[in-house]
Amino acid sequence: MYSNWFYMPGLIIFTVFFLVPTALAFYFSLTRWTLFDSTYIGLDNYKEFFDDPQLKSGLQNTIIYAVLTSGLKVIISLPLAMLLTFGVRLRTFFRSIIFLPVLISAVAVGITFATLMQPSTGLINEALEYWGLPQPNWLGDPDLAIYSVVIVDVWKGVGIATLIFIAGISSIPLDYFDAAKLEGETWIKFRHVILPLSRNATFTVILLSFIGGLRTFDLIWTMTRGGPGFASDVLTSVVYKQYQAGFYGLSSAGNVVLLVLIMILVYPMTRIFNRLELEL
Amino acid sequence: MLRKSFILVLVLVLIAIPIASTAMAQDTITLTYLVDDSQANSGMATALAEAYMAQHPNVEIVVELRPGGTEGDNIVKTRLATGDMTDVFWYNSGSLLQALNPAQTLVDLSDQPFIENIVESFLPTVSQGDAIFGVPTGTAMGGGILYNKKVYEELGLSVPKTWDEFVANNEAIKEAGIAPVLATFGDTWTSQLFVLADYYNVEQAVPGFAEAYTNHEATHSDTPAAAAGFAYLQQGYEEDWWQEDYATTLFEPGLALLANGEVAHYPMLTFALSTIEANFPDQVNDIGFFAQPGTDAEANGVTIWMPPATYIPQTTEGEKREVALDFLSFIASIEGTEVLTAEIAPTGPYMIKGATLPDSVLPAVKDLAAYIESGNSYPALEFLSPIKGPNLEQICVAVGTGQMDAEQAAEDYDRDVERQAQQLGLPGWD
Repeated sequence: MYSNWFYMPGLIIFTVFFLVPTALAFYFSLTRWTLFDSTYIGLDNYKEFFDDPQLKSGLQNTIIYAVLTSGLKVIISLPLAMLLTFGVRLRTFFRSIIFLPVLISAVAVGITFATLMQPSTGLINEALEYWGLPQPNWLGDPDLAIYSVVIVDVWKGVGIATLIFIAGISSIPLDYFDAAKLEGETWIKFRHVILPLSRNATFTVILLSFIGGLRTFDLIWTMTRGGPGFASDVLTSVVYKQYQAGFYGLSSAGNVVLLVLIMILVYPMTRIFNRLELEL
Repeated sequence: MLRKSFILVLVLVLIAIPIASTAMAQDTITLTYLVDDSQANSGMATALAEAYMAQHPNVEIVVELRPGGTEGDNIVKTRLATGDMTDVFWYNSGSLLQALNPAQTLVDLSDQPFIENIVESFLPTVSQGDAIFGVPTGTAMGGGILYNKKVYEELGLSVPKTWDEFVANNEAIKEAGIAPVLATFGDTWTSQLFVLADYYNVEQAVPGFAEAYTNHEATHSDTPAAAAGFAYLQQGYEEDWWQEDYATTLFEPGLALLANGEVAHYPMLTFALSTIEANFPDQVNDIGFFAQPGTDAEANGVTIWMPPATYIPQTTEGEKREVALDFLSFIASIEGTEVLTAEIAPTGPYMIKGATLPDSVLPAVKDLAAYIESGNSYPALEFLSPIKGPNLEQICVAVGTGQMDAEQAAEDYDRDVERQAQQLGLPGWD
């Protein structure tokens, strides 16, 4: 047995960099704060935050973003993981290729894609033009901007999800596959062995990318800054803009709301997933 | 053994170098000067620093760059609040300065002799109560419409005095296959000009709006003249004035379109001329300027932006503060303005008494000077009132891209203004 003192380094870091700032954010969210001084104003910031005309579309976008990115990552990375676990030649090579975007910083990815998605001079639309396909205004069309960022987020995050699935599939005992082989069909192998037995991996992927989607910021900010206008604003960009504008108390309230929202959405998810895992 | 002594020597040398260099540098006083990274402003700051250093060999001024826009505002606020500001810094005058809490963070200059050199109309924009915090750095600017004179000549158009004439010009330009108005919504701050540069017209229609607005007695949504700018943006979108890709075009690439005559008009501040001059020296003389037209041809005039200023934070103390004050007195002198003129073509008048513009000044600046000399100019709202809503640029983009109508925009902007006034703790807003 190790002594409890071994908890200390982690606990200190957690306290200094998470617990204390969180408690401070709760306090300052109840004040009008100029960084120089603060006045207690009760729940006014929360009222103001929920009255914000842009909040509704920001909330909507956040949910769309989280659901779409986590869903697409599962749909794309599970078949990829199967492909990269069994049989494909140059397996390790392709694994590295798919994992590569994960290693690039989100800001670099965002700036690069903003250039690629430029409507008349960007590489993507020039390619589409060459093939005679329609050329959408990826980031300039208010109805499209958020989905363009979703595509890039999926491109960047699919590597991690694939990795988790590969680990999940690799941990399935080979006996199951041997049994499925008797049935002969790949479909049966997928439907009755891989899908149920990599359920833990699926839950991990959904949960991680859903939480990631809820608090996404870097890609949105580097690609659209929440624009055009307010069209691709998510909760974090709304909060960041309030912070930039100098509404420090208000943006603290926004962060508290974000924290609570993530807990409300994610806690039941983990409960359900845990119960389903136990059933295995 | 040999290796050990080699390492020892190496360590000693490494320790000795910084000691030696600090000993040598003891007589030099180093000031840091924070400025935004725009070509024009960083160029001017560097020119001032170099000219001052040439006269004072014992002073070193290091120019430090920061991003512009709201990101830059935040860096300045955070550095001031944490006592981590550079020794002198460059920042906007007017409403943005008010949000820095200047009375508690900046050095009061009101008892300095060089304040005498500054044009009086500038002083309120860097003051709070009786205290004065900054010296004008750069020229005042006009806010209005930059236009390509070649396009006007080819199509036989004349400068519009009313909005209706402007609309008619735009129709003729569009028929000729040229985009009438440049929109660079990729850099959101550029979207605000139709609203902000209309203030001369607002003041003509509703004299004293600024004061009523500051006291929460008038708002944009219940003052038709003040809401007109939003309607202009809506009209621009609905009548298809903007060029292709307007939602993502950035400021500098946009200026290329204007210089090459691919668009005819750009609602902008005249400071953009210095960027055009740097990037397109051959075409800058094709660019003219006119005030944003209003409803009345008789009451046609220009909205003026005051120059930014250089400030000293209270954290600059002792000998450094003395040198910083001397540097400010250099900036606020005719000699200082001559340094700026040599570095960059002036884009408006200086706010230093007795400072003159060279005869070779750009044609668009002559256009601007004509308005000012005939007395037809008025400061922009952000220099008359401490309140400017921080979301104005996003609201303007939303209107200009057809996502919001002008009425909604004026209401949303009122909310934004209210929030800012409360944050500033102004009376009458709680």
